[in-house]
Amino acid sequence: MTKLIIILLSAVFINNYVLSKFLGICPFLGVSKKLDSATGMSLAVIFVMLMATAATFPIQKYILDPNNLGYLQTIVFILVIASLVQLVEIILKKYIPSLHKSLGVYLPLITTNCAVLGVTILNINENYTFIEAMVNSLGSGLGFFLAMVMFSGVRSTMEGSDIPESFRGLPITLIAASITSLSFMGLGGVIENIFGGV
Amino acid sequence: MKALSNFTKGIIKENPVLVLVLGTCPTLATSTSVINALGMGAAATVVLFFSNILISALRKIIPDKVRIPCYIVLIAGLVTMVQMLVKAFAPALDESLGIYLPLIVVNCIILGRAEMFASKNNVFDSAVDGLGMGVGFTFALFLMATIREIFGNGTFAGIEIPVLIDNHISILTMAPGGFFVFGILIAVMNKFAKYKPKKKNFGCEDCPHNDICSQKEVASND
Repeated sequence: MTKLIIILLSAVFINNYVLSKFLGICPFLGVSKKLDSATGMSLAVIFVMLMATAATFPIQKYILDPNNLGYLQTIVFILVIASLVQLVEIILKKYIPSLHKSLGVYLPLITTNCAVLGVTILNINENYTFIEAMVNSLGSGLGFFLAMVMFSGVRSTMEGSDIPESFRGLPITLIAASITSLSFMGLGGVIENIFGGV
Repeated sequence: MKALSNFTKGIIKENPVLVLVLGTCPTLATSTSVINALGMGAAATVVLFFSNILISALRKIIPDKVRIPCYIVLIAGLVTMVQMLVKAFAPALDESLGIYLPLIVVNCIILGRAEMFASKNNVFDSAVDGLGMGVGFTFALFLMATIREIFGNGTFAGIEIPVLIDNHISILTMAPGGFFVFGILIAVMNKFAKYKPKKKNFGCEDCPHNDICSQKEVASND
């Protein structure tokens, strides 16, 4: 149980996907301007990460590994994720239109989000069990959510300020991201200290 | 002449990283050292070159409706080959690039060039374009890695630099430094770039984030 908590907390705070592993930077910079789109996007990412792990983990363990097909990992995973996203979109549209309305715009974008492919491959590389892999995906998704929401706050504060001309737009956003990422670095070591004795 | 301009536009005028701001994830993650940056650049260039050739050659056969999945499968196949080659011949590089090597599949530069150039032009032009973009990507990575490694680590490609080795700013090689150096580089490009590329040329329309991306407004305001 402690191990699961450690995996969850370190995925959220320490190995944050956006701010320390640089995965999913495009949506992080592109969609973080408004709080509601940032929330929608991150909820969709959490959802797809969990679904993708639930689908790719058994495929790797029970189909690819026993048949020595490990080298097909990249192709199989990206195809599974792409078709899964399509499938989820169709199902949501038909049965839960309200949820589709709030997440629908973001779902197709997630296919090309490297955080999703990244988490599925990392789960395999880290030799997690199925439960640990799911917890790690949840933590990574929550970490993405946290980074997006925090950063959209930072950006809305920045909106009215007078910025030197050549820094307008992307450069200042990146520098703000750098400072946000710095604040996450301060959390390094906290988890080890809390659970250090275990 | 056209071939030459196809090649050079990728290096400076339409540099995929510094001007079009594509493929930011690998740029930030692998530019901690010069060796990593060159390895990543070379791997992406190989994939970009061959994916442009293949997609351009197949552009009349692939049905329009399923073109994106077709491109992804082609690119994933190429990435797997590169991954296996790197694993076999440069295991140290494989170790340090880690997860970012398979993630070339979702690198927007490759899919972007397939969609915007290779699907509309002949094989030769596409090959040249792919090579140019690849070199541009490698150049941008190299530039960032040089700054980050020299000032952050006090070394250049592993060779120690006398004074800086004792006074290195190690934060530059960590995550915040990556964002910071990238931001400054783009600001410098903005300052000195003689002209802004037209939005149409780098096609926000083709980006999957087009509908909700806020950088689009920034780009069109310029």
